[in-house]
Amino acid sequence: MTTTTPASDLPRRTATRPSARAGRAGGQHRAGRLARVVLGLAALASLFPLYWTLVAASTDSHAVVSSPPPLLPGGNLFENLTYVWNNAGGRGMGVALLNSTLVAGAVTVSTVTFSVLAGFAFAKLRFRGKKVMLGLVLSTLAVPAQLSVVPLFILTKNLGLANHLGALILPVLVTAFGVFFMRQFLSQALPTELLEAARVDGANSLRVIWHVVFPVARPAMAVLGMLTFVQSWNDFLWPIIVMNGSTNPTVQVALAGLGTGWSTDWSVITAGALMGTLPLLLVFALFGRHIVGGITQGALKG
Amino acid sequence: MASTTAPSRNGPAGRRSTPPPPPRSARASAWRSRLHRWDTKGTPYALVAPFFLVFAAFGLFPLLYTGWLSFHRVSLYNVDRAEWVGLRNYADLFTGQVSHYFWNALLNTFTLGVLSTVPQLLMALGLAHLLNYRLRARGFLRTALLAPYATSVAAATLVFALIFSPEGGMANWVLGLFGAGPVHWEAGRWSSQFAISVIVTWRWTGYNALIFLAAMQAVPRELYEAAALDGANRWKQFLHVTIPALRPTILFTVIVSTIGATQLFGEPYLFGGQSGHQGGTDHQYETLGILMYDQGFHSSMLGRASAVAWIMFGLLLLIGLVNALITRRLRASQ
Repeated sequence: MTTTTPASDLPRRTATRPSARAGRAGGQHRAGRLARVVLGLAALASLFPLYWTLVAASTDSHAVVSSPPPLLPGGNLFENLTYVWNNAGGRGMGVALLNSTLVAGAVTVSTVTFSVLAGFAFAKLRFRGKKVMLGLVLSTLAVPAQLSVVPLFILTKNLGLANHLGALILPVLVTAFGVFFMRQFLSQALPTELLEAARVDGANSLRVIWHVVFPVARPAMAVLGMLTFVQSWNDFLWPIIVMNGSTNPTVQVALAGLGTGWSTDWSVITAGALMGTLPLLLVFALFGRHIVGGITQGALKG
Repeated sequence: MASTTAPSRNGPAGRRSTPPPPPRSARASAWRSRLHRWDTKGTPYALVAPFFLVFAAFGLFPLLYTGWLSFHRVSLYNVDRAEWVGLRNYADLFTGQVSHYFWNALLNTFTLGVLSTVPQLLMALGLAHLLNYRLRARGFLRTALLAPYATSVAAATLVFALIFSPEGGMANWVLGLFGAGPVHWEAGRWSSQFAISVIVTWRWTGYNALIFLAAMQAVPRELYEAAALDGANRWKQFLHVTIPALRPTILFTVIVSTIGATQLFGEPYLFGGQSGHQGGTDHQYETLGILMYDQGFHSSMLGRASAVAWIMFGLLLLIGLVNALITRRLRASQ
């Protein structure tokens, strides 16, 4: 991804120039000691709460709130995780993890597919009303979910979908962000000549989409897919409302149950937080570079 | 397709049973060109249709329905019976029985928004600037800064609620090392709002830093070289080259963060534990998002909750308008 290539990874062409000062301009600077210390502290501040979740989850209810607080993992991790696995959210964290995987997976596949299709149309096809429609997509980017939760709640209740996983999937089958993201990507990455060549060869739209658009869009699909999965997995407000008191919760609903219940056994609560975060951290460890690229790419063009 | 009408010169054995291809008649080619016309005319609409169907059903319709509901009394337990009450829900919020909570929530949304957005964006800007230097372990630093983004509101808030716990919390232990505290973080207005904004800031600073970093790397290097030739040091380059070049990106992150802050819900909800649904034991960190949830899904007043939602909508429109005005002024000045 060109947007994430650090400027200083490029050959130092300025080094051959007569002026030594020009060579030290901008991104060419080596970081000073202070910069390294500040960045190190920031990285520590980012990672420490995650590490500390692991520490707290491996203690017992007394040790976790003792003073001084424990700084090294204790021996209760397995016990706490087992308890959460069996009890969180009524039927245990295993069910919640499965539900979240199903919901986030379905939302991701659907959002990515429909976003590519609509993004392709907005990027490369000519049709009446395109400008108005694109404006509509853009204006809905800023309309937040909170404005619609009450009617959506009524709607899902009337459809018999309350406490049903489908209620979490339907409203986000495709998002304005996804459509816009794909449009931005495809209008640059998909050469119009390629489309014309396929047309001349007699390919109909379906063929063009399947054999040209999808292959070209693949890198952006991976990025949008990861962003969508993270977002869907972490969604909170709507699941809390529509799945409240459900015996079939998602991870976030199960975690909220741990946090707002009567017991405050912090070692169990943090074990739940750990278990609910691990899958995403795993995705992150595997694809972190791409997510970083996707965020910077989406932002630059958005 | 062209291949179906071509004679099967090297066709497989199965083809033998099919009738010989019909001669290229005028009717067939007319049919094909009509198909082609349908394809080029209809396909774009078919491609964008899913988005607009989903948007109509789960975006636009609920938004209008929320407006309609805000003029009614609707119970959570009998959602199909709506009783017209005119502007009563709005009156309740502005001057009536829940006005105290409403104005309190509006103020809290504002203070929490400022507390979490301003330090977050300033720190992100500084970190992005530092990340833009030549560094060892740059990839690790970026991933580390973005790791909080991968945690959910629920997981992050629960862990920070423990850190800010009055008994044995790590925050108070650290304060104790410096001979200060302990602070009952959840109980005070400012202490609780500080704690909540720490959670928000923790989750989003790295994300914004990466957005800034990407924009910084798009700044032409010649600008820095020219500034350096003019004798500008790093700090002056940052002020006079980086910041002006980043203005659109900064505006973008300000808008996104402001919209996010206006909708703050998960952090205060979970930070309060048992009293989270009302934004703390004394409503000291109740936001508009919490008020909407509390009115609708705890007090069973769905109409009033809808009124809160529409007031939030108005606020967001106002933010969007201010944004548009600022953008226009910036463009005019360039």
